[in-house]
Amino acid sequence: MSVAGSTLVRDTARPEAGARELVTPEGVDLRLKLADTGERAAAFLLDVGIILGSLVALTLLVFLGAWIGGTSAREFLPAIWLLGFFLLRNFYFMGFELSPCAATPGKRILGLRVTARNGGPLAAEAIFARNATRELEVFLPLTFLVTSGAAVDAWIDILGAVWCAVFVFFPLFNRDRLRIGDLVGGTWVVRAPRRGLRIDLADEAASPAIAFSPAALDAYGIKELNVLEDVLRRRDDATMAAVAERIRAKLGLKAREPAAEFLFAYYAALRGRLESRLLFGRRRRDKFDKD
Amino acid sequence: MGIVLKSHRFRREREADWQRLEDLLDRFEGGRRSTLTNDEIIAIPVLYRATLSSLSVARAISLDKGLLEYLESLCTRAYFCVYGTRTTVIERLASFFADEWPRAVQSIWRETLFAGAITLLGAFVAFVLVQHSPDWFGTFIPEGLAQGRGPSASTTELRETLFGKHGANGLTVFATFLFTHNAQIAILAFALGFACCLPTALLMAYNGMMLGALFAVFLQHGLAPEFGGWVLIHGVTELFAVTLAGAAGFRIGWALAFPGERSRLEALTQAGREAAIVMAGVIVMLGCAGLLEGFGRQLITSTVARYAVALTTAFLWGVFFYRPRALT
Repeated sequence: MSVAGSTLVRDTARPEAGARELVTPEGVDLRLKLADTGERAAAFLLDVGIILGSLVALTLLVFLGAWIGGTSAREFLPAIWLLGFFLLRNFYFMGFELSPCAATPGKRILGLRVTARNGGPLAAEAIFARNATRELEVFLPLTFLVTSGAAVDAWIDILGAVWCAVFVFFPLFNRDRLRIGDLVGGTWVVRAPRRGLRIDLADEAASPAIAFSPAALDAYGIKELNVLEDVLRRRDDATMAAVAERIRAKLGLKAREPAAEFLFAYYAALRGRLESRLLFGRRRRDKFDKD
Repeated sequence: MGIVLKSHRFRREREADWQRLEDLLDRFEGGRRSTLTNDEIIAIPVLYRATLSSLSVARAISLDKGLLEYLESLCTRAYFCVYGTRTTVIERLASFFADEWPRAVQSIWRETLFAGAITLLGAFVAFVLVQHSPDWFGTFIPEGLAQGRGPSASTTELRETLFGKHGANGLTVFATFLFTHNAQIAILAFALGFACCLPTALLMAYNGMMLGALFAVFLQHGLAPEFGGWVLIHGVTELFAVTLAGAAGFRIGWALAFPGERSRLEALTQAGREAAIVMAGVIVMLGCAGLLEGFGRQLITSTVARYAVALTTAFLWGVFFYRPRALT
């Protein structure tokens, strides 16, 4: 019995796709989640937008200054765009990723951060490597697309496009969604959103609790409890009414109290039941998980 | 309150610590690090361990998904704060220039020799070809870059390109253009190393060829010493930087092609880091070269002075990179 019990205690939930193990020196697995390709692309576009926006702002500022000073600012224009774009392009990413957040503003907005793949401290050279390679992955293809006109053969065009595609689509074809820069720098990008502590829904249950029969509390497992939690946190009346109706139908109960009140009471009771069984070593995954 | 859940009580007892840790982390990450007192800094690891143990208890007893997600994100943030890098950006920069960069450059001396040899080979081939028949010149140097320095130019015109003055206003633009152009070539040489060295080797050879072809043209007009001064005043720094960039590319390509006993990914990561240190410095060198080329060369027009500057830079870089160092 005790042997069987210990195997049951283990979290049998299948690891999510994109979850990676990071065991801290204290021996706790933080279960990092990798950022998906869409998030990373969105973060990158945001960053590029910020860079271009600040260049435009700088240009306007210089023109304004020149206009007030009564001189022509045309002289500075190439310097601003050539040097400014180069410096921003290369040092914007590095500067922000060197900060304690290890994320550019775009990544921060999407709740991402760069970390070393081995879980150790993120070295400056790793950040430099991952950003220097960006030149090859993004800006070279862009320059290529812009400059290759009628001057070169179609064949060279096609070969160039294939070459660029290999780099641009590289993150889609490996398990860890690494781009070449991550590969060279030994880094990856994980989700590290800042979450606030939300209220405990068990607090919301009305004080004279509705009594549920043991059979009613055995109807669902942890997966359903989590779905119910999401529904309650969203507080959408129509959804709550529909969910309450489904649960009542399954339990064979009549609609005596408002949907919200019923759901909160059922949530607290179900969580109490599942948690006390958890303490006895039984983690009931979902409603199909029979004893 | 109908049922008192164990997990609910567990949360109520520890909530305050979690909130305190969250507040400290907010200030730490938000760039308000200086507002943290010593006591608060010491409290971070303690609170981190307490929260981590809360997380592992919560995983065992609580089914509140919101709570678990909160604790996971809080622990992850605290983990990176406690075990991440603790040096400031300024400290990192200082140790980079004083130690890491010259050490890294020293460690890739073999690749540097190789990259230098390929550049020289390219220069030699182009030199011989252009000496043989000036028609080759156009193959090596595109019309736009030559700016009238072709074999058909007269001696006076060539001399003019060596000593002519751009307007003082034009210099800012010229210097920035040169810097971004060269930096791009260097980054390309480094990044292309990823494709097993070959494109880097081509780029190095081509860089040498442009030099060789130009030299041949100026030699035919008896302007070789002046040309030397014109190139070397910034070329010592610039050519050295581009050679180092190529060497960094070779290091990566070599690790990828011949990883030895390590796995390919491991070898690539290690080589990538070493090469990246070299590259960060190369960009700085190119900045110096751009200044020398854009301002120094246009303002110093005596050939002897140009050679003096070239020799000084060669000496400084040589001592900086290759002076004997204690092993770490």
